Amino acid sequence: MAKMYGATVVNVERCKGCNLCVVACPLHVLALTTKEVNRKGYNYAHEVLADTCTGCASCATVCPDGCITVYRLKSE
Amino acid sequence: MADQEVTLMKGNEAIAHAAIRCGCDGYFGYPITPQSEVLETLAAQKPWETTGMVVLQAESEVASINMVYGGAASGKKVMTSSSSPGISLMQEGISYMAGAELPALIVNVMRGGPGLGTIQPSQSDYFQACKGGGHGDYHLIVLAPSSVQEMADFVDLAFELAFRYRNPAMILADGAIGQMMEKVMLPPFKPRRTEEQIIKECPWATTGRIGGRKPNIITSLELRSEEMEIINNNIQKKYRECEEKEVRFEEYLLDDAEYAIMAFGSAARVAKKSIDNARAEGIKVGLLRPITLWPFPTKEVQRLASKVKGILSVEFNAGQMVEDIRLAVGGGIPVQHFGRLGGIIPDPDEVVEALKRMF
Amino acid sequence: MTREEIIEKGQVVYKKPTLLNDVPMHYCPGCSHGVVHKLVADVIDEMGMTEKTIAISPVGCAVFAYKYIDVDWQEAAHGRAPALASAVKRLWPDRLVFTYQGDGDLACIGTAETIHALNRAENITIIFINNAIYGMTGGQMAPTTLLGMKTATCPYGREVSLHGYPLHITELAAQLDGTCYVTRQAVHTVAAINRTKKAIRKAFEYSMQGKGSNLVEVVSTCNSGWKMSPEKANKWMEENMFAYYHLGDLKDNGIDSK
Repeated sequence: MAKMYGATVVNVERCKGCNLCVVACPLHVLALTTKEVNRKGYNYAHEVLADTCTGCASCATVCPDGCITVYRLKSE
Repeated sequence: MADQEVTLMKGNEAIAHAAIRCGCDGYFGYPITPQSEVLETLAAQKPWETTGMVVLQAESEVASINMVYGGAASGKKVMTSSSSPGISLMQEGISYMAGAELPALIVNVMRGGPGLGTIQPSQSDYFQACKGGGHGDYHLIVLAPSSVQEMADFVDLAFELAFRYRNPAMILADGAIGQMMEKVMLPPFKPRRTEEQIIKECPWATTGRIGGRKPNIITSLELRSEEMEIINNNIQKKYRECEEKEVRFEEYLLDDAEYAIMAFGSAARVAKKSIDNARAEGIKVGLLRPITLWPFPTKEVQRLASKVKGILSVEFNAGQMVEDIRLAVGGGIPVQHFGRLGGIIPDPDEVVEALKRMF
Repeated sequence: MTREEIIEKGQVVYKKPTLLNDVPMHYCPGCSHGVVHKLVADVIDEMGMTEKTIAISPVGCAVFAYKYIDVDWQEAAHGRAPALASAVKRLWPDRLVFTYQGDGDLACIGTAETIHALNRAENITIIFINNAIYGMTGGQMAPTTLLGMKTATCPYGREVSLHGYPLHITELAAQLDGTCYVTRQAVHTVAAINRTKKAIRKAFEYSMQGKGSNLVEVVSTCNSGWKMSPEKANKWMEENMFAYYHLGDLKDNGIDSK
């Protein structure tokens, strides 16, 4: 059966740490950093369960700032 | 109506016909006495079927002026007309247009105020027209017609100046000029500019990013004070150039004059008759009629002040232009004001009496 | 399969809209404006209207919309955007003309301009962000503020005796003969966002087809003004705003007409 592999790339400097992508991800791939901040001082979204991402793009769709690019690869 | 034919019509009607003929793209207005014939004439002429000019009766003067803002921001030749209380409502939009540097024509057929006032003619909006009216440091280019012919002629001139300086221009008429019928030769037909011409001539306008050019933004907003000061300084620089180049006035019997009357619009017509009457009595008096109220003919007034013994400002108000005359003269000779209020047009002999009384 | 492989060999399934430029938006973290901006940018691009769009921005939080979406913009005085749009569309009939306004701008100071532009059947679209508060000025009561809702100018909650009722301006718009398509959407979930995008596309298409005026209300959050986290604001909106502002199409005359 084909499996979907996904990856997200977060534009860290554009991210405001609103957490909406984290909530939107059905597979809990993303989380906000707890210590690291970007130049504006925001904790930013990053992948914590990268292997489970299917590239559904829910995170990117709800992101108000267009910070997330999503890639998807289908593997037979 | 054929080209270059002399005809009889009201000043308000002349504005409407001239607008169609000078290639105006859009008129947005709201009824108010004594200027409603502008919109009525346009509606009757149906220019949307001939030149393609848009004519729209808006829901208010506030909407009218903001339609003008939108149209002007898209590079089109657009106008509105109203009378004093309506012009008060438009001040927000006028200030925004001055701030965003947009060319447009606003016609004010003045009536007496303050408040709802009267529908009779007055010149009591001189301050409002020339000293800002709305908020912020800005000027309108203000033309004061004193005949129906000038009502017709100034439409094209006002558009020309508005586009040259990217600033709103105002025709400051009054109920007498608006309602009065006089013979007039309408300007020749000039086609509306094509969309291609507009895009070429107004590269700043929001016409859509045709050809993939960078977006154009029309705004009067800038939150950074340093930038806002630069914007203001550039606008002021434009005003200084306008003051240098665009002053217009008329002189009448000033060569041998010992006294001068200054008056604009309808008041200048009364003044001319007064001057004829005074001269019949042996009083050597002449007229300086500012055609542009802003820029004001300051230098001409100063030149006049070096020749005459006194200046009488005749206005249909409590004394507004007289302040600019006094500023120009700077106290060298007496400058007096004579005016009637409430929509009353003074008799020429009243003016002669005032002249005798004051000097 | 490594992350690098997926990025290298995979397809891009989502990226920032081409028309949304790189300038960081000034909106608060989690603000609905950003989502709607993305949708508007995508729809203009997908319709191939980039070169033919003239947009009107309001006064309020979205005043700087012109900094973010790469089309021609005019910035209107408070509430007057529909008047500008009316003139622009009449003077440039083949352009896509829309306004983007908030509740204070559209439903309060600009009520007259809104109602009359819609009722004149101007072939424009009004995108209406309703977050029931004045965001830019610091969270004051809006005409759409819910009863009981606390704002800076009704700190004890909106009361009928003091402030009257929240205004159902979208229902009012649906009653007007001039409107073609009137809808109320939201952008709190992926499904809702997709529906809103379809609604914006439909409204833009109707306006280009000359079918009359279109109003797309987006019930939105103002988490700063509401003093909640973005996540909580979405929940609060679902529980409170949707009860008063029901989602869905209120009118769609575009389907029947040719």
